[in-house]
Amino acid sequence: MKGALDTTRLIELPEGVELELRLAGPVVRALALSIDTAIRAVLEFLYLFLLVFFLEELGMGIFLILLFLTEWFYPVFFELYAQGATPGKKLMKIKVVQDLGLPINWSSSLIRNLLRVIDFLPFFYGFGLLTMLVQKDFKRIGDLAAGTVVIYRDEINAYLTLPQGGADPWILNLSLAEQRTIVNFAQRSQTLTRERAIELANLVTPLTGKTGEEGVRALCQIARGFIGEDSSKGPH
Amino acid sequence: MKQTIFEHRHQKQWQTLEQWLGDLDQHKKIDAIDFSQHYRQVCQHLALARERHYTPYLVERLNLLVLRGHQHFYQTQEPLVSNIVDFITFGFPHWIRTEYRFVFLSANLFFGTGLLMFASVLLNPELVYSVLDVHEVMSMEAMYDPDSDRWGYPRGSESHFFMFGFYIRHNITIGFQTFAGGILFGLGTLFFLIFNGLFLGCIAGHLTHMGYIVPFYSFVVGHSAPELIGIVLAGAAGMKLGSALISPGRLTRLQALRKNATESIYLIYGVIFLLLCAAFIEAFWSSNALIDPRTKYTVGGILWLGFLSYFTFGGRSHVT
Repeated sequence: MKGALDTTRLIELPEGVELELRLAGPVVRALALSIDTAIRAVLEFLYLFLLVFFLEELGMGIFLILLFLTEWFYPVFFELYAQGATPGKKLMKIKVVQDLGLPINWSSSLIRNLLRVIDFLPFFYGFGLLTMLVQKDFKRIGDLAAGTVVIYRDEINAYLTLPQGGADPWILNLSLAEQRTIVNFAQRSQTLTRERAIELANLVTPLTGKTGEEGVRALCQIARGFIGEDSSKGPH
Repeated sequence: MKQTIFEHRHQKQWQTLEQWLGDLDQHKKIDAIDFSQHYRQVCQHLALARERHYTPYLVERLNLLVLRGHQHFYQTQEPLVSNIVDFITFGFPHWIRTEYRFVFLSANLFFGTGLLMFASVLLNPELVYSVLDVHEVMSMEAMYDPDSDRWGYPRGSESHFFMFGFYIRHNITIGFQTFAGGILFGLGTLFFLIFNGLFLGCIAGHLTHMGYIVPFYSFVVGHSAPELIGIVLAGAAGMKLGSALISPGRLTRLQALRKNATESIYLIYGVIFLLLCAAFIEAFWSSNALIDPRTKYTVGGILWLGFLSYFTFGGRSHVT
């Protein structure tokens, strides 16, 4: 099952275990880029207003320098000092890391951002988009040269417990895949809408003998049984 | 083993690790002598959780724990100041001597084209219009008019600092583009080097032909060393980048690209520094028509000599 999903990247760690990174595709990255472009436009407008209005000629000089810095080094600054995410990326919950999952360093950040001009060709990131679609890790040309990859920033509150309730010791023989399906359903039932949960639970009515809300609860109890919850607490 | 029992058994260890990682994320120092032990055990828990097909949420939680631990454990903190010192005293000139093939290639492309165009324009002054149009030629002539009291400035601009900002933006952008173009199999770099060489050769030829020798040469001589060397080195870095794709040697193209990119970017720090110097000199020194041209030629000559000897002899006594 691991190899079937192509939006994850598995890294083998020195400890011998595999780490899973969820790759961010072109759409999310394009959205993050649009947000960043908007922020940069606002910043540049602010520079213009503040500097030229207040400092005139000297201000124009500083304005040009700031313009230069923002053009080339805005992403570099955030990648290095804001955990690999520019504000646009932060909003879209993605970030840049090196191939092995390590945080980005100076060299890689500079490479991927200086090569941005090439990714931008022929217009609006044509080459970059093409490379992202063809390459298996959604890398653009800058990423390929720098050895970086853009991944989703996993949140810490990903851990959900199963819904409360008793456990049901199940006596019928189910395969491992079937057991897993039921357990997964029980965990996800908390984020599904009621109607959808009922709809899914109704699919296994022959198994549980119940429909509707009762069916959902019964499945959850079975799931709790599978993961080893104490069945002495009773079904209700 | 059932999942719940597994969780109960190891919950405390995971929470300890989460606590440490939280502190590390906030750059606090932690007292964790057995961090590596805990981290390695949690890696094993992750492998077990996957193997035993525990709930995805548990696997995700452990995956995140391992990822964070991995990042903190293997992260390298490089000492910035000593890296900079190393670069200036040894790294920079050493790179140039090691990669002299790319530097020579870039220099030949740039200066070669420039000199060729220069000679051509001197022999056939009409050629200037093959590169520049009439308005550009006229504005250029106005910039270097011997009667003006300030040279090299487009008309109407007064401030030194404005030109400083302008030159920073203009020169370093050219440098970056020259470098980045290298990834197109070296063609982008080739294009920028030849184009800039033609452009400069053309201007130099035309102004020499017009007799505006003192304004033009005393203007350029000051910043010519850092600027031209900067462009050539940016070209060398770009060529090295392109060479990874053209002749990767014993590596795959991707591996060669990765390796060459890291080595080339090392040079870019030097390029930025040189072009910054060039912008500074260009804005505050070169354009001043009141300084005696001989002083300017002398300073320019010293700078050329200085940079060339730095690159030839700098860092040779360094013991690696």
